[in-house]
Order: sequence, then C-alpha cells, then structure tokens
Amino acid sequence: MNMLRWLGFEQRVALRFLREGRMQTLLIIVGVAAGVAVIAYISALINGLQASTLTKTLGAQGHITLRSLDDVVLPAALLQDGVTTLTQTQPRAQRLRSVVNWQTLVPVLEAMPAISDVSPMVSGAGLALRGEATQSIALLGVDLDRYDRIVGLRSKVVSGVARLAPGEAIVGKELASDLGVRVGDRFTVQTGAVTDSVRVSALVDLGVRDLNRRTVIVPLRAAQSLLGLPGGATNLDLKVHDVWKAQALAEDLRRQYPYKVESWQENNAQLVSALNAQSVSTAIIRGVVLVVVVLGIASVLVVSVVQKQREIGILRAMGTTRGQILRVFLLQGAVLGAAGSALGLVLAVAMIWLFTSFVRGSDGLPLFVISLPLGTGIQVAAIATVCGVLAAIAPARRAAAMDPAQAIRI
Amino acid sequence: MTATMAAHPESTPLIALQGVRKTYNQGLPSEAEVLHGLDLQVGRGEFVALMGPSGSGKSTLLNILGLLEPMTSGSYQLQGEEMRGLDDAGLTLRRRSTLGFVFQFHHLLPAFTALENVTLPSLMSDGQVSAKQRDYARELLAEVGLAQAENKRPGELSGGMQQRVAIARAVVLNPPLVLADEPTGNLDQASSAEVFNLLRRLHAERGTSFIVVTHDSHLAARCDRLVELVDGSIDRDGAVVATV
Repeated sequence: MNMLRWLGFEQRVALRFLREGRMQTLLIIVGVAAGVAVIAYISALINGLQASTLTKTLGAQGHITLRSLDDVVLPAALLQDGVTTLTQTQPRAQRLRSVVNWQTLVPVLEAMPAISDVSPMVSGAGLALRGEATQSIALLGVDLDRYDRIVGLRSKVVSGVARLAPGEAIVGKELASDLGVRVGDRFTVQTGAVTDSVRVSALVDLGVRDLNRRTVIVPLRAAQSLLGLPGGATNLDLKVHDVWKAQALAEDLRRQYPYKVESWQENNAQLVSALNAQSVSTAIIRGVVLVVVVLGIASVLVVSVVQKQREIGILRAMGTTRGQILRVFLLQGAVLGAAGSALGLVLAVAMIWLFTSFVRGSDGLPLFVISLPLGTGIQVAAIATVCGVLAAIAPARRAAAMDPAQAIRI
Repeated sequence: MTATMAAHPESTPLIALQGVRKTYNQGLPSEAEVLHGLDLQVGRGEFVALMGPSGSGKSTLLNILGLLEPMTSGSYQLQGEEMRGLDDAGLTLRRRSTLGFVFQFHHLLPAFTALENVTLPSLMSDGQVSAKQRDYARELLAEVGLAQAENKRPGELSGGMQQRVAIARAVVLNPPLVLADEPTGNLDQASSAEVFNLLRRLHAERGTSFIVVTHDSHLAARCDRLVELVDGSIDRDGAVVATV
C-alpha cells in the first residue's frame, strides 16, 4: 500500500505519458517483444538441442568410468645424475584386467553425495556365431538393475523383456538382425578359448547404430567366465547428479585413488567443444539482442523527454522533485520492458509450438523436445525489465536535470 | 514540512526582495545584467500588477519570485525565510507549499482530464488523491464555471476554459501566493475579462496574494498595486489609483 502510494504520482504520470504517445509506445513494446522472443526461443532451442544431444550421448555410457591403470614399461636402469641415457621402450599391450578391490570400492563410491549410481561391468571383445553368420561383438557383463540405473536400459528395449538370468543375453537390434535371431533364440558367444551358448531375452535400441550392431549384454558372472576374469570387473560406471560436474569429480577421484578415471567430457571432447561453442554463440546472440532492446527503449525515451519538456517544466514548477521526475521515466522504461517481455514470451511460446509441430526429422517425429521452462521465462522477462530500467537511466537523468524555467518557455 | 520553515507572522511581508541582481552568461563576452538591484516588498493579500515593456526583466523577476531561477546576488525572503542558498530540493518544497503558477499558454498536461489536472498537485504531494481532495477539486472547477467539463481533456477545451482550469490547479493547495505570467495574453477580450474576474474573485474570497504580469493596461488598472519595470529596474511602484 505504501509502495503504491509512494509511486502513485510517478506511476500515474508515467502511464499517461506512455498512453499519450500510443503509437510510439506500441512500436517499442513490439520491438522489445521481438527481442525477448528471440532470446527466449534461442535459449529454449539450444537447451533442447543440448539436452537431446547429451541424452543420446550419455544414454549409452556412464558419466565417469573407472578402470585399473594401464600397464607401463619401467626403464631398465635408474637415471643417474650427469649421465645421459638413451632409452627406447616398446609400449606394452594392455591385457584385460580387473579393477582391484572393486567390491570394496563400490559402496565407498556410492556413499559420495555427488554420485547417484555405480555399476560394475566386465567388458571385452568376442564373436557371436550363429549358423554361418559371425559378428564381432562388444561383450558387456553387468548387474542388470545397476546398469539400468546408469543407462536406462529397460527403456530401450524394443522387443522381449529385459532380464538377465544365467545363460541369457540382451542384444542390440542390428546385431540380432545380422545374426537372424529373435527373442528366445540362441546363439554362440566365443571369446578366446571359451565358447558359450546364450538365449536372447530382449532386443534393445541404444540410439547409435554402431552400438546396436555390436552390443551383447550378459550377466556379470557369465562375462567374468567368458573373458577369463573370475570375480573381476574391468570398469565401474558412475552416474552423477549433475553431468557438468563429472569432470571435476573425475579429477578428485584421480587424485584420491590409483585408478584410471575418465569423465564423459574427456571421452567426448569434440562434443563438449561443440556444446561450449553453442553456449557461447547463444550468449553472444542474447547479449546483442539485449543491447538492441536497451538502445530501442532508450531512444524512445530520449525522444519522449524532448517531447515532454514543457510538461516536465510545469510539473517541476508545481513542486515535483527531481527524484519524482527521474522515477517517472525509470518507470516508463520498466513498463516498456515488462510489457515487451510479456508479449515476447507469448511470441516465444508460439514459435516453440510452431517448431515442435512442424519441424520433423526423417522418421516423422519431432527432432527434439524444446520447451520454455517457467523459470527461464521469468528470468528472461526480469532481465528485459531490468534492461528497460537501465535504458531509461540516461533519459530520466536528463529529464530530472531540466531547468524548469527554460522548459516552460519552450 | 512546515515545521522546517521559518515562522511567518502576519506582520512579515510575504515577499521581500533586496538588491536583487540577475546576470546571464556571467564571465562570457555576452554577459548581460537584466535586473539591477531590485528592492520590492509584497504583503499578504495584495493583488499586484507587474508591467513593463518586452525585455524589461518581468519574466526573469517572476521566475526568481517563483523559485524557478536563481538570482545572481541580493536577498529574497519568502514568508520571512531567506531563499538564497537553498538547494533544489529546498526550493522545490517551497514552490510546492507556497506558490501557485498560472502561465500564458495554460500549460495543462494534455494527457490528463480537467479534474485530474486540478488534482495533480495533491497527487504529487501525497502520492494519491483522497475523496475529500477530489471533491474539493470539483468544487473549484464549479467555482471557475467548469463543473460540466471535469472529464474533458485540455484539447477539448477553449483557451479561456483551459486557463480557468490552470487557475483552479494553481489554488488547489491554497498557496499564499499565485504568480500569473500574462494569464490573459493568449485570450480574446471576453475570455480575458472572464479570467481576470476569476482571479479577482479568488483574491477576494481567499485572501490569496496575486502577482500578475500583464501588458494590458486596462487589466492593470483593475489591480490594487502596479509595479512597472523598465530596463531591469523598478520605474514605478504604487497603488493603482495613484498611477493610472
């Protein structure tokens, strides 16, 4: 109530001034709305695109992968001071090795607040044989429930039921097609000296054709046996609450434990660069549009101050303070920013609806989901309103500093 | 607000100018002194005509009296309080509480109706217009003969009507002094007489002091006192009967 009373005069005069220059006001509100719509739409689009890309990328891998350190060749002799030693070493071939003490490590990692899930895995290469068909495969041995929490495997099942009883396997849908198997059929898995027969319990679509062509998921124990790694786990997949903090967490883990720890960012460096470039480009576009909005509002108010010189003079003569005149114009900036924001958000929602309704991929489905979260909308509107006030500062100061005697004479 | 101001017993002149000088473009080659050490006193309830040829300094004097322009030197006491040295906020506060203005070109705010123009000083002072203040503004509009025009915008009113609205606005906060700069200068003869009669009536009914700048000697003859400026100095100052 007091606030209303405090701004009662300023608000009344500001709104009347805006109403008086109706066409001018309308045009700048539409201009601000266009700017806000572009900012909101671009933000929603890029967020949607990045979220979609991340979901696809991280949908088939852990956010952080922990493995045992690579085998290295130690130099034959220790280096001595004052002696130049020339050495030539052949890198060692990396054998399949288990993460040491992984059973103890899993609960330790699970207790960390940043980590939401941990899944041990045995992975190695092998062959899938059926009749005359032979396909090279990536054999993954997992605990289904844990692995499902990491990559959401159950949601990717296209046929059958995700289940990994002993002797069962979940297979990528392309591989199933190549081998000519359906749910319930058997095929042979061969790894080095070990050969075993498995029955297909489900077919999955992992979102990447190459993965669908190679992936065979079997129970952890079966993979340990097939790959000659009894009781072992070649890697631990970790899922974190905030994917963007995976890199920092991986660095922490590297410092704390003698394991090879890699974040999804390190494994997908090019993707991260592309996402960063997108984010920077979006920020630049938003910045430029905001500058245009500020300049638009400022120019309208500068003109308004010139047009209203006589009114400002008469108000000052009547006893209106410099502060009141200043606030009259700051309020006009805020109103233009807020009204433009409201209209701009409506426009942005319409643009998003158009994109979602009419832009389709080759499969006829929307390319990706984009939406304007309420928080983002409020944030954009608040920024545009603040920009409106900022844009009004210079004209408002000019109006407040006007010499009343001179203004009345004009 | 009034507590911060000096007390002003009835014996104190409303306005007391002493040695008031005004120089424009001081220190520049174009420097010009337009008021040369004026002494002037105006008491409460006086109705003063301020006359003089163009360029004699009438508007400058009115602006100084209206606290719209600073003087270069001298002393200006308004209700016994020295105005020299007050900052903008102090001057604004005294304009609001002590002075009413009527300008030659009406200077109403075109975006506001007649009633809103009259209530504008109340809105400006209090941030809102109470029902009592609105009723009083209506009474004033009725008093100036514009009861039917309260919802009309200035653009819909004749020059004389606009000037009457401006007069109602000038007295709505009951200031002790109204400064009118050629209030009839832009009006035809009939409207001019009407507006002047209105000023006289308000003066008689309310005891408000008026200083009216005019070029019209017939109107000046109807004032109580005539001050005539020539070349920035007071040439004549006396009761109208004695001078006209």
